[in-house]
Amino acid sequence: MAKALDPHAAIVTEAAGPDEGGTLRTADGRPLKQALVRSSRRARRRAFLLVLPLLLFILITFVVPIGQMLQRSVKNDGFSANMPSLSAWFHENPRGTEPDDAAWAALAEDLQAAAKARTIGVVGTRINYDMPGTRSLFTSAGRKARSGVEPPYKEAILEMDQKWGDPKLWSVMREASSPYTSNFYLAAVDRTRDEQGDIVSAPAQQQIYVKLFMRTFWLSLVITFMTFLLGFPIAHLLATLPMRRSNLLMILVLLPFWTSLLVRTTAWMVLLQQQGVVNDVLVWLGVIGNNQRLQMIFNQTGTIIAMTHILLPFMILPLYSVMRTINPSYVRAARSLGATSWTAFRRIYFPQTLPGLGAGALLVFILAVGYYITPALVGGSSGQLISNMIAMHMTQTLNWSMAAALAALLLAGVLVLYWVYDRLVGIDNLKLG
Amino acid sequence: MVTAQPGNDAFVVFDHVQKSYDGQTLVVKDLNLTIGKGEFLTMLGPSGSGKTTCLMMLAGFETATHGEIRLDGKNINDVPPHKRGIGMVFQNYALFPHMTVGENLSFPLEVRGMTKSERESRIARALDMVQMGQFKNRRPAQLSGGQQQRIALARALVFDPKLVLMDEPLGALDKQLREHMQFEIKALHDRLGITVVYVTHDQGEALTMSDRIAVFNDGRIQQLAPPAVLYEQPENSFVAGFIGENNALRGKIEQLQDDKALVRLGNGDLIDATAVNIRETGQETTVSIRPERVEFKPELMPAGAHTLEAHVVDVIYMGDILRARLKVAGQDDFVMKYRNTLGQVKLTPGQTIRIGWHPEDARALDPV
Ligand SMILES: Nc1ncnc2c1ncn2[C@@H]1O[C@H](COP(=O)(O)OP(=O)(O)OP(=O)(O)O)[C@@H](O)[C@H]1O
Ligand SMILES: [Mg+2]
Repeated sequence: MAKALDPHAAIVTEAAGPDEGGTLRTADGRPLKQALVRSSRRARRRAFLLVLPLLLFILITFVVPIGQMLQRSVKNDGFSANMPSLSAWFHENPRGTEPDDAAWAALAEDLQAAAKARTIGVVGTRINYDMPGTRSLFTSAGRKARSGVEPPYKEAILEMDQKWGDPKLWSVMREASSPYTSNFYLAAVDRTRDEQGDIVSAPAQQQIYVKLFMRTFWLSLVITFMTFLLGFPIAHLLATLPMRRSNLLMILVLLPFWTSLLVRTTAWMVLLQQQGVVNDVLVWLGVIGNNQRLQMIFNQTGTIIAMTHILLPFMILPLYSVMRTINPSYVRAARSLGATSWTAFRRIYFPQTLPGLGAGALLVFILAVGYYITPALVGGSSGQLISNMIAMHMTQTLNWSMAAALAALLLAGVLVLYWVYDRLVGIDNLKLG
Repeated sequence: MVTAQPGNDAFVVFDHVQKSYDGQTLVVKDLNLTIGKGEFLTMLGPSGSGKTTCLMMLAGFETATHGEIRLDGKNINDVPPHKRGIGMVFQNYALFPHMTVGENLSFPLEVRGMTKSERESRIARALDMVQMGQFKNRRPAQLSGGQQQRIALARALVFDPKLVLMDEPLGALDKQLREHMQFEIKALHDRLGITVVYVTHDQGEALTMSDRIAVFNDGRIQQLAPPAVLYEQPENSFVAGFIGENNALRGKIEQLQDDKALVRLGNGDLIDATAVNIRETGQETTVSIRPERVEFKPELMPAGAHTLEAHVVDVIYMGDILRARLKVAGQDDFVMKYRNTLGQVKLTPGQTIRIGWHPEDARALDPV
């Protein structure tokens, strides 16, 4: 940040005026700029040494794992490592070559070897990612191949299962014969490759990720806005109340942090379900009829309510810390200068809260984009976010490459957002507390 | 110095104003104050005496619990601050940090719906007035304290208010700058003919700048008078002690004739004094005498004056004057100041002298 008075400038207070060339020089004749750079370099080096431990920590616990994740999203050698002969054949013969005897022989050899090494399941899983429903083809072929496959290989294998002749299967196996692939990223944006290897849209019923990404970003925006709407007045109250009462209020604000997730979830269910408190009250008040009870949990509404609740402190705290430093005399000055209280708020108070608001909004949005557990518990099927999909690939389908590709896209999205924020507002305007 | 004639045209009037924040104690007790048009009135008083509260009631940020405040003849009790048209300079300046100097000055003009060209010319005029023309595009954080003070002043004046309030505007400046700004504010006041209500607890500032000073204590105005009157004729012990250096001698009224009083001190000595707020003989009193009005040379005292024995405790050389601390009537905090002239009598510690004064300079006030 540029300070008006740079302490290092003191070194050159005796600077002689501009010389013939127009550059300022210090008393001993060095150019002023150079002297400034030199004098600040040592301070910078010392500062760097201080942060070195943290840098190493971040490198080991953050940068390296993320690097590995990114690598996993483009690398999967489940097929290429366990089917070496067939991979070699794909390598030698260009796309479009009909599988010849050598190819069938290589397949038979690899099937037998993989079956013996018990890696046939891994191979099947890898092909299954790109062509659902093919895992059992590999496992059953492996089982049969263990007792030996006699030439002619083509007929022998086709006899195991006619599907082995499917050109799509061969196209997919060709894709998988190289350990590096962009297929996971394609799948993450609802694309796939056809038999010719060209990129096409995935079948309509498999197009889920783009919609989920959109929903994630949209819901995160809504949640960010809700936390702003609810958090701004509370932060203002916190900043202006006398200390003792504001402390009490602060405890209430932080309460969501201190309650266990299960307690919170149960509370939301009690409140929001169709036979719950909120619906009961609405019916009792006559706002809605008994048969019109609202569905407020296990859908998007549930996700929005629950996540707004849990993320509210992240909006309030930065706002509060900024508001506390805003002297009330600014608003008074504005009023005495002729501004109505609304104008004073809009032109004087609100702009001064922007650093806190920016920090809070960025924080809430980024947390919301990656949120997993709350949507999983109260989101139903329409309130699921992209993280739930990532979690599913991590824990259920075990397609870590897919999870990594989705996570990498999410990361990219957040970085883009950060960049946009920097361009629009300036990251140095951020104030977290 | 332009001395307004108070009361001639009452511009600001506090009429039996009372203020309580908590409903239990009165912070301002029955304030009656009339400020004339074009007057420079200073509210002076110790911390917590209610000065800021009065100013805030006038500006509209606090409501009077009782009584009426009138501005230019109109009751403004229910007028919101932004409609009062009063310029205000805050102690911390309250320059909007997210705006440049130019935008700060533009703000009051924008909310009044002025056109851009009119705003520009007024801003330029106001900045020139405080000699800050070239700082228009700076942010407040890039200005020194004195420069910020000038901008705050310019902003309070840019929309031509008839009344300007200043709450300790120079409190944050160092002594030299403060004296310079005192001069400039005073010059602006004389030039623009505005009415200024100024709050300070620096009595030097109050004495040099004001047409009249209202001395506050305990939520009341103790005395309202021009600086010279305040200093030379304090009306009670608080004012005598608060303004300037003062000697206080406690005693009892021995004899009272019109305003001539004879006071017997604790040790039995008799002194002459002028009765100010005492009514009868036998009453307790505190006699107040300024150190520079104490004489120790018999030829300078009026004939027949009572004199007191004094022991010199120490003498401090202050350049233009000498300051002697004396032990008088059992008190050893009695101060006497005398000019450092050629051939002035040298006093030495331990010496015994006799001191006296003109009866008009010794004021018999309420006991403290
Ligand atoms: N908002 C408030 N709520 C309650 N009491 C207050 C409030 N503002 C001021 N007071 C009380 O009112 C009294 C007068 O305060 P005020 O600020 O007017 O004093 P002041 O003369 O301006 O003092 P200073 O020279 O220290 O600024 C003080 O006792 C103070 O504690
Ligand atoms: Mg005050």
